[in-house]
Amino acid sequence: MGNLTPELAKVRDETRELARRYGLDFYEVIFELVDYDELNMIAAYGGFPTRYPHWRFGMEYEQLSKSYSYGLSKIYELVINNDPCYAYLMRSNSITEQKLVMAHVYGHCDFFKNNLWFSKTSRKMMDVMANHGARIRRYMDRHGVARVEDFIDVVLGLDNLIDPYGPFIDRGSPQPRREDEPTPPPHKIAAKDYMDRYINPPEFLARQQQEARAAQKRQKYFPARPVRDVLKFLLDYAPLETWEQDVLAMLREEAYYFAPQAMTKIMNEGWAVFWHSQLMTRHLCDASEIVNYCDTHAGTLATAPGQLNPYKLGVELFRDIEERWNKGKFGVEYDRCEDPELRRSWDTGAGLGRQKVFEVRKIYNDVSFIDEFITPEFAEDQKLFVWGVNPQTGEHVIVDRDYTKVKNQLLDALTNFGQPIIYVADANHKNRGELYLYHEWHGTDLLFEHALQTLKGLYALWKRPVHIETREKGKPRLLSFDGGETTTREIKGSKSAADVVLGVGTERED
Amino acid sequence: MRKIDQDHTRFRDIVRGRIKQDLRRFVTSGEMIGKQGKRYVSIPLPQIRLPRFRFGENPEKGVGQGEGAEGQPIDPNAPGQGEAGEQPGKHVLEVDVSLEELAKILGEELELPNIEPKGAQAIKAPAGRFAGIARTGPQSLRHFKRTFRAALKRQIASGTYDPRDPIVVPIKDDLRYRSMTTREVQQANAVIIYMMDVSGSMGREQKEIVRIEAFWIDTWLRHQYKNLEVHYIVHDAVAHLVDQHTFFHLRESGGTKISSAYELCLRLINEKYPPAQWNIYPFHFSDGDNWSSRDTERCIDLLQNNLLPACNQFCYGQVKSAYGSGQFKKDLDRAFKGNDRVVTSEIPDRDGILPSIKSFLGKGR
Repeated sequence: MGNLTPELAKVRDETRELARRYGLDFYEVIFELVDYDELNMIAAYGGFPTRYPHWRFGMEYEQLSKSYSYGLSKIYELVINNDPCYAYLMRSNSITEQKLVMAHVYGHCDFFKNNLWFSKTSRKMMDVMANHGARIRRYMDRHGVARVEDFIDVVLGLDNLIDPYGPFIDRGSPQPRREDEPTPPPHKIAAKDYMDRYINPPEFLARQQQEARAAQKRQKYFPARPVRDVLKFLLDYAPLETWEQDVLAMLREEAYYFAPQAMTKIMNEGWAVFWHSQLMTRHLCDASEIVNYCDTHAGTLATAPGQLNPYKLGVELFRDIEERWNKGKFGVEYDRCEDPELRRSWDTGAGLGRQKVFEVRKIYNDVSFIDEFITPEFAEDQKLFVWGVNPQTGEHVIVDRDYTKVKNQLLDALTNFGQPIIYVADANHKNRGELYLYHEWHGTDLLFEHALQTLKGLYALWKRPVHIETREKGKPRLLSFDGGETTTREIKGSKSAADVVLGVGTERED
Repeated sequence: MRKIDQDHTRFRDIVRGRIKQDLRRFVTSGEMIGKQGKRYVSIPLPQIRLPRFRFGENPEKGVGQGEGAEGQPIDPNAPGQGEAGEQPGKHVLEVDVSLEELAKILGEELELPNIEPKGAQAIKAPAGRFAGIARTGPQSLRHFKRTFRAALKRQIASGTYDPRDPIVVPIKDDLRYRSMTTREVQQANAVIIYMMDVSGSMGREQKEIVRIEAFWIDTWLRHQYKNLEVHYIVHDAVAHLVDQHTFFHLRESGGTKISSAYELCLRLINEKYPPAQWNIYPFHFSDGDNWSSRDTERCIDLLQNNLLPACNQFCYGQVKSAYGSGQFKKDLDRAFKGNDRVVTSEIPDRDGILPSIKSFLGKGR
């Protein structure tokens, strides 16, 4: 099990025992001791010793090894969500650092195992990745490196177009139902006769009826409802060769495997820091190590004015939650209290903090975590602010310290893990088999140069003209590629996001 | 060969443009932040950003943490944590990167050749070293070891040396002195003269680009020359000699007469830097607009007859701005076609800085 020195093995056993005693629950963790070059290599491969060949891993590796050799940064901790978990320790770290990393890693492993967003990820990813590598190598032998690599480049350019909530929801089939079905009667909420006209008012029924009819009208289109999981849609319906389908399926699987990590970055790191600081300061550090520990720990939590440190934000939120639930700062009574003094000194002695943080680590992701637990007091204590660009000077300036603004800004950046939300809206556009994507625009423009190039890639898969509808500074735009030139056009009367999602808008004009 | 090395080679091939030309467009100078004294400098590392549906760079707003009142500026470039993502835990260490080291890194990244100071007319300065031995000289320069050796040799030869009583007594003939030999040592002096158009059309971003580029050129040339002097000239319709701070911060408005700067540059060279003893590097940055084509003719004439004979190389960087026509570069290129001592380059945005530096300094002149 790993290749630890007897001294480190002892530390590991001690840490594991402690972590268990505090209620952490994890798969077995295998620690590997590696030197910096191996660590850079493994990190470049996203933590897996075997991946398929691709230049971007080489790029990552160059970044990591150069910044390490210039002394700019080094990797402390690297842990893989797998059963057993694999974690890597850098040989040259001091024993204090190794202790810290181990405690930190047990925090992550507990999170991987228990957070619901990870519940659908494969726990044998080590093997899966190795298999993917072997299969892709085989395709490269058969079809040539360049051809397979080009295809991988295209798919990697699309691998943010997945449905992160998809594994948890049955979205139904994109196949249209039969057209001649009668419009279903409006769905009524069950109610006693005398309550019926209050619970199901006529306007409500009329709206339901209208939506149902529109949805039925949409049935003429394919997909019958907009599809978030663009990769899956391509996998099912794009005219691909067998090996291409297989590569696409593999890369999609990898994208879904990594998605929860991007969805819970703040929580996951916060949770790991929460535990390493508890274990280190209460048990693992001896007096001679405490200064070294503090130094490293402080480096992890350092903040710079313009940026947000996920480690810092995460751990502070967990600590805040623990304190609030220990003191009973929750519930109707607390929420209704408007006296800031009273709120500050509120303490019912509830003592539910530990229980609450474990619950939070189980059922939340970054978006819900931030949305629910950032309070005005928290934003003030943590000195959070929104920054913006001063149009006159071009400088970055502090704009606002209002906690709702801070929260909204954070949520904005975290929604769909910072990626644009894109649907397949129509796969038979103009009745010519053209693919029409719809970007749900929320105020941030796409990078058009990249979008146009991505369309070229998409065209290579779909083999018919491809379009994406988006906006530029609020004005509707249609980007297209038909195999010749890419075009960017203004379009009028765009559909709102709700139209596409609800399927109300049907006529699509150019 | 390790697998990662194969991937790495493949990546370098793309960056060098050997394979996958269509991706080369997306090579960016990914930045690593280094710290030099109190200011941060970025160490360039090429990176390819795979095209995908993504949001534009440089977000207009974000969330930060720390002290400060509303309206107070923050430094967006200060190092901190990277973005949230699937990256492993990484910590930025603050290190002092010396300018020397930075120059080396730059040279490595851009594969810059070392500069050969002006060939035939390299500047020689006499330099003395105590490398020889003489039989006469001042007592203060007596070479004790050599003197002892000469005396020992003489005593052994004449049979007066007794190993059991090893007393060596030098006589006047044995005395040896250090002597100075003079050699011609190449000494290279260099002067950089930066000229920048500060007319109304050069915005903040354009100046920032010039600032970054000038910093790297400075760093590189300082690495190459021990003795480097730098002068700054700004011009709109008239030119002025200014200090560094003013150079980067001045905002003028009005017309553009490029010849004014070239004249001032020429005057400076004539007054202080005889070309026989100095390596002279004028750099001119503008957005490519000039007052009139007559003035452009005047500039070309000045370059051709006066500036070029004096300089190692004349560099013109054209920063793209919303207002500039970019005509001047075309004119220069036409006038000096085939003359590789005039280097022009276009800098569309920050990503254009590195290629531009490479074209300026890549000739080793």
